[in-house]
Amino acid sequence: MITVKKLVKRFGLKTVLRGVDFEVQPGEFVALLGPNGAGKTTFLRILASLSRPSLGQIRIAGYRLPDQAAQVRARLGVVSHLPLLYGDLTAEENLRFYARMYGIPHYEARLTEVLEMTGLEARRHDLVRTYSRGMQQRLAIGRAVLHDPDVMLFDEPYTGLDQDASSMLDDVLKTVAAQGRTVVMTSHDLARAEDLATRFDILSRGLISASASSAELKQTNLLSFYKQALAG
Amino acid sequence: MVDKATEIKSVKVDGTPARGSFIQAVAAVVWKDLRAEFRSRELFSAMLVFSLLIILIFNFALELDVKTRRSVTAGVLWATFAFAGTLGLNRSMAIEKDRGCMDGLLLAPVDRSAIYFGKVISNLIFMLIVEVIVLPVYSALYAINLFQPGLILVILLGSIGYVSVGTLLSAMSVQTRTRDILLPILLFPVAIPVLLAAVKASNGFLTGAEWAEILLPLNLLIAYDVIFIAVAFMVFDHVVEE
Repeated sequence: MITVKKLVKRFGLKTVLRGVDFEVQPGEFVALLGPNGAGKTTFLRILASLSRPSLGQIRIAGYRLPDQAAQVRARLGVVSHLPLLYGDLTAEENLRFYARMYGIPHYEARLTEVLEMTGLEARRHDLVRTYSRGMQQRLAIGRAVLHDPDVMLFDEPYTGLDQDASSMLDDVLKTVAAQGRTVVMTSHDLARAEDLATRFDILSRGLISASASSAELKQTNLLSFYKQALAG
Repeated sequence: MVDKATEIKSVKVDGTPARGSFIQAVAAVVWKDLRAEFRSRELFSAMLVFSLLIILIFNFALELDVKTRRSVTAGVLWATFAFAGTLGLNRSMAIEKDRGCMDGLLLAPVDRSAIYFGKVISNLIFMLIVEVIVLPVYSALYAINLFQPGLILVILLGSIGYVSVGTLLSAMSVQTRTRDILLPILLFPVAIPVLLAAVKASNGFLTGAEWAEILLPLNLLIAYDVIFIAVAFMVFDHVVEE
C-alpha cells in the first residue's frame, strides 16, 4: 500500500531524512517511533504530499508522489496534533465543507454516520471552538475518514489530551483500524502504540534503524526494543 | 459509540482533476469564509472601523476648499481601501494558518488554485462590502457625489487587482513569524501599478476628464488584473508547498 525507497529530505544544508526505505502492506497498523527531531513529522508530511521529497521514490495505493498527488490525497486521511478545523463553524459545517472540498457525492448521510462514529452526533450544531481538545481531536478523525480513505496518517494524535480523551481516541482509532485501513501513526506514547499497532518502526537520525512486528515483540517488550534500536 | 464498523463505500473519491470539482471547491472555500466571518465578524469589523477612522482623520487633517477636496478624493479613497484591504488579507490567511487549516485545505484532492480563487473571491466580497459602506460616509463627510458608474467600475477593477496579488502574497507571508509586518512590505511595492492606475482613473471620473484620458489607466487596470490573476494561478501551488 505504501512503498518508500531511498527517501531524502533536505532543508537548506540540513538533511532530515537520509535515505529512508519503508514499506507498509494493506491493513497494517504501523507505529513510527523515535525521539524528537528524528524526522517523523517531516516523513509523514511528505507521505501526505504537504512537502516535496528532495530525492527518492514514493508510491501510495499505486500512485506516485509528487506527480500524482491529487490521486494520492483522495485515498489519504491525515490527523495531526492540530485539529485542522474551523472554530467559527459547527461540527456539521466543518464536515460539510470538507465533503465539498473532497467532491464526495450525496454526503449528507455520510456526515451523520461520521458524527455517530466519533460520538459527536448530539453536538453536531455546536461551534467547534466550544469543544474540548478531546472532542476536537475526535472530530478531526471524523474529518479524516469522511471520504473513506484507504490509508490513514496520524501525527502525534494524543498530544494535549487528558486520560479520558486519550482512551476515547483509542476507541476511535481501533474502529478506524478495524475497518481495514492501512494506518501509519507517529507517537511518543509507547504503551498506546503497543496496544494499537501491528508493526513498530524506529526512525532515528533520519533513517529507519529497526523494525519489528507485534508477533516478534512477544519475546521482548517495546520499550527495550526501542532503547536497543536507538542505542544501535 | 464506536462499534459501528459499517461504511458507505459510495463516498470514495477518485482525485482525478475535473472542472466540476474545481468549481465546487472554489464555492466551498467562499461558503466557508462567508459563514465563519458572518458569525465572528472579526475581519469585517476590523476592516470597517479602520476604514472609517482613516476617512475621519483625513477629513480633519485636510481642511480643504471644495475644488481641492475633489482632487484629493481618489487618493484618500484608495489609501483607505489599500490599508483596510491589507488588514483583511492578513487576517483571512492567518485564520487558515493558526489552527492548521491550511494543511486541511492542501490535503483536499483538488487543484490548489481552487483554494486561491476561493480566497480571492471571499476577500473581494469583504473588501467590496467595506467599500459600499465607506463610499456614502465619505460622500457625506466631503460633500462629494461618489455614486458614478465609472468610478464604481474603477473601484471594482482596482479591488480585483489588489486582492488577487494580496491573496498570493498573504499566502507567502503567513508562513513567516513576522507576517503582520511582512505583508504590507511585500504588497505595497507590487500593488503600486494597480493603485496608481486606480487613482488616475478614479480622478478622471471625479473631475469629469475626457474619456481618452481615462481610457489609458482603465486599460492598464484591466491588464494588471489579468496579469496578476494569471501569475498567481501559475505559482500558488509552489507558494503554499513547503
